[in-house]
Order: sequence, then structure tokens, then C-alpha cells
Amino acid sequence: MAASSTVAASAGPARPAQSFWQRVRGGDEIALGITFLSAFSVLFVTGMIVWELWANSSLPRHQFGWSFLVTQTWDPVAGQFGALPFIYGTLVTSALAMLIGIPLGVGAAIFLAEFAPPKISDALTFLIELLAAVPSVIYGLLGIFILIPILRTIEPALRSVLGWTPLFKGPFYGVSLFSAGVVLSVMIVPFIISISREVIRAVPNEQREAALALGATRWETVWDAVIPFASKGIVGSIFLALARSLGETMAVTMVIGNDPKIKASLFAPGYSIAAVIANEFTEATGQPYTEALIELGLVLFAVTIVINGVARILVATAERGKM
Amino acid sequence: MTNGLLLRRKAVNAVMLTITGLCAFLAAGVLVYILGYLFVHGAASLNWNFFTKLPTPVGETGGGMANAIVGSAKLVMIASCVGIPIGFLAGVYLAEFGGGTFSFLVRYVTDLLNGVPSIVIGIFAYTVIVLPQKHFSALAGGLALGVMMIPIAVRSTEEFLRAVPVSLREGAVALGATKAKSILTVVIPAAKNGIITGIMLNLARVSGETAPLLFTSFSNRYWSEGLSQPTAALPVMIFTYAIAPYEDWHQQAWSAGFVLLTLVLAVNVIARLILARRKHVAR
Repeated sequence: MAASSTVAASAGPARPAQSFWQRVRGGDEIALGITFLSAFSVLFVTGMIVWELWANSSLPRHQFGWSFLVTQTWDPVAGQFGALPFIYGTLVTSALAMLIGIPLGVGAAIFLAEFAPPKISDALTFLIELLAAVPSVIYGLLGIFILIPILRTIEPALRSVLGWTPLFKGPFYGVSLFSAGVVLSVMIVPFIISISREVIRAVPNEQREAALALGATRWETVWDAVIPFASKGIVGSIFLALARSLGETMAVTMVIGNDPKIKASLFAPGYSIAAVIANEFTEATGQPYTEALIELGLVLFAVTIVINGVARILVATAERGKM
Repeated sequence: MTNGLLLRRKAVNAVMLTITGLCAFLAAGVLVYILGYLFVHGAASLNWNFFTKLPTPVGETGGGMANAIVGSAKLVMIASCVGIPIGFLAGVYLAEFGGGTFSFLVRYVTDLLNGVPSIVIGIFAYTVIVLPQKHFSALAGGLALGVMMIPIAVRSTEEFLRAVPVSLREGAVALGATKAKSILTVVIPAAKNGIITGIMLNLARVSGETAPLLFTSFSNRYWSEGLSQPTAALPVMIFTYAIAPYEDWHQQAWSAGFVLLTLVLAVNVIARLILARRKHVAR
């Protein structure tokens, strides 16, 4: 209703008030109606997604309750469905991706926004943003045929340095939580870079000038005067990347090994929520197998919505800060 | 003493400059490496059969992915019919009519929808179309991709409409045009190039999506007719062929990857060049 008053206002105060039918003939009400319906349907579709996930997972929700999330056994034949191995695999691979991706992404963003000459910065940003457009199945393909052989060659070195921790014990077959984490890190870096770079560039120049005038080096300027100003947006970009890596399906499915067991070693094969949905959905027969997979989808949806919701607010407030 | 401190600060400065620079070059280097590898491996095994022949049974060499190429085009077409009208019109609403709490809500939900994992969108299309119909279909796959197109279509349309100067709108209204007429004949034509570029990027993005198709359009080793049959798509073929244990299937996967990536990156490069030029002119 507020929208229709803007329509009337824009017609100008000089005009006499038109009747409803005159306005309909002019097309204003029709245009408003159609576009409003479309805008509303965005809400409607999102609501439908929530409803479909909720309604179609009612069976396992009632049968297993909250224990679904903390049960370790996933045995469709016996009718045992526990999501813990998938939640574990999702969290571990994403954590590993963030561990590699955050320093790399934020470091590169700082360089591109603050240190690099404009031409080099633009060229590198162009390349990096193209990386974000590469379909995830291609990352999976490269993961299988390039990354895993590379990891095989560096595995002995990793083992000799970090082999004493439980994280790097046991045989390494190639497909593993470790491989999945590394592929994910490659996929999220472009996101962190492109958003963080924008946020850092939006920091007012006075911040830099003041620090430089006080005799700070360029790095001290960036670290003490610019980054604190941009920190909210950088954290937002990290959250967006996290949400993306939690929900990433194809690349992870192709390299994680698809084994629903919880093992401490990163070299062991694992499984993630998205991967199990991708692999088992078409084969799922008998209740509540499909429904249990849909409930996994619901879990994934809920987690990514919350993280995205927080991230969007952080990025939006950080970008508003520049004005 | 102070001299030492100064040296140390300068050293830290130099070291951090180098490290962050390495990060940037490493990130960009990954793309160059990927491209190089794909070009060498994919282009080597690519031949004309890939575009014209159906997949051959296991063990038989040769064959292509003609059905998957057509299938992908079909799926993207259905997706466009779903995603572009809704996204475009909603974008027009946000840019031209919006402004209240409702618009804020639509914008926020659009961003959230953009962040929903694609596999979850696949489940949605499965429950809405595959479950009642009891069979996989191009329609279900197209719907999943269409839903994925909506958020980007909304935001890019809104952004480009907002970039149109207010003076143009005022000129149209001053000449006696109604708001609808000024939007239709002045604002949208002015933003046309940007909006079309946005749609191209959007199409490129969904044409590489795999996860939402796995259990909606499924796959097909033969031609599919109409909209109600399981349909092959290029990204799904890459997945199936890459994880299969046959060497010649791997080669086919590389060819398909090469074709898909070339298509997606070409659209992206062209779109970015157009957008960059537009920005340049605007300044």
C-alpha cells in the first residue's frame, strides 16, 4: 500500500487526482501489480522451499527426533539413520578450507586493495573473479586428476612433519577429508578476495593519510588503520565463504571418499551432508531413507541461511560505513 | 636503539608486502594453471564426434555427448522461462516502486535465496515435480535451475535500473508519460545493455550447475524428447564420467569440461568487458 502512494506522488502534485480506472488505463496500477506479484513470488518460492523441506522430512523427524543429529550410524538397510558422520565431515572440510582460505584470501585482498599498482590489481582481480565463475564440477574434475596426485607427492613430507598428531595418521588413498578441504579452499578464496577487496577499498582515505602522516609504514597503516575499519566486512566475506563451502556439493562429492565413518585422521575418507544427498538420493528406497536425506537437506538449509543472514548484515553495514 | 626499531619496522613492512603479494599471485596463478591444464588435456581429446554423436556403451571407444549439449540447452531454456521473468519484474519493482519494509524484506530474502546450497534447491524441485509425477524430467531440472536464476536476476536488474539517472525519468514524466510508460519506454531501454549482460552471466552460471540436476533431470544416454523425460546435461556427464573407472571416459570428461569451461569463461569475459566499458563511459 505504501508503494501505491509513491506512484500517486510521482505523478506530481499539479495533476488533479485521477480515478482508479484512469490510473489502470495509464498502466501504472497494472505495472505495480505485476511487478509486486513477482517480488512477492520471490518470498513465496523461498517459503515453499522451507515448507517442502519441513513437510517431506516429518517422518524421520518424528522417528529419530534430535538424536538424528548426534547418532553415528548410517545404515539404510537396517533403517538406522544418524547424521553425525556427515555433519562431522562437512565441518572438518569447511574448517580446513577456512584455515587455508582465510589467510590466503585476506592477504591477497590487502595486496590488491592497498599495495598493488592499479593496473596489476585490476588484471589480477579480473582473473580471480573468473575463478569464481568456474563451475564446481570442474573443480571436482581437477581435484580428482590434478590435486590428488599433487597431494600424494607432498603427503610424505606432511607426514614427517605433522605425523605425530592424530590428524595425519593412517594410510592416504587420495580421496579424503584433506583433499576435500583443499579443493574447497581453492573455491572460496575468490569470494573472500573480491568482497574483502571492495570493503577495504571503501575505507575512507583519511584513515590512511592520518596513519602515514604519523610516520607509519605502509604495512602499519594497513594493519592498524585500515583493516580495523574494514574488519566487519571482511568477517562478512568470510562468513559468506563459509556458507558456500558448507553447502558445496560436486567438488566435495568427487574427492571426499564417501565413507560415513568418523575418523580423527584427515587422510581418511569421509562424507559430507551435501555429498550424501548427491550420491544416495536417487538410490534411496523405502521409508524413511529419502525422507532422512531430505532432513539432511533441511539441516544444511538452516545452517547456511543463518550464516548467510549474519554475513549479509555484516557486509551491508560495512559498505554503508563508507558513505 | 631507535635505529634498530626502525629497521625492524621496515623489515616487517617489506616481508608483509611480499607475503600478501604472493597470496594474490598464487590465487590468480591457480586460474592460469587450471586453464592451461584443461586446454592441454581437454582440447587434445576433443573431436567433432563429441558434438554430433551419442555416448557409446562402456568399452566401445568413440562417441560424443551431443544429447547432453542439447539437453543442457533445453534445461537452461526452461530455467530462463522461470527465472528471468520473475527476477526481472521483481527487480523492476525494487528499483522503481519499492522503498518500504516489504522491499527490504524482498531484498534480504533474495540474498538468502542466493546463498541456499544448490543441492537443496534440487531437493525442492524433486519434491514439487518429481515426487508427484513419479519420474525424472527436464521440467524438474529446469525448475531447479530457474529458481537458482531468480536472485541474481533480481539484484542485477535492480542495480542497472538504479544506475539510470533520475533526470531521464523526470524528463519522461514532464512530457506527460505515466510512470509505467516512462519505465517501459525510457528507463528499461536505458538500462537494457546492463540487464542483458546480467542475464548472460546468470545463464553461464546455471549452465554449469550439476548438483540440482542429479535427481531432477537425472541423466540419459539417449536423446530425450519433450519436457517430461530424463535429460542429460553436460555438467552431470562430467561428474558421471569423471568418477567412472574407465580411462576413455576420463578423456571424454576432460573434453566436456573443456567445452563447458570455455563457454562459461567466454561469456564471463565478454560480459565483464561490456560492463567495464559501460562504467568507463559513465565516468
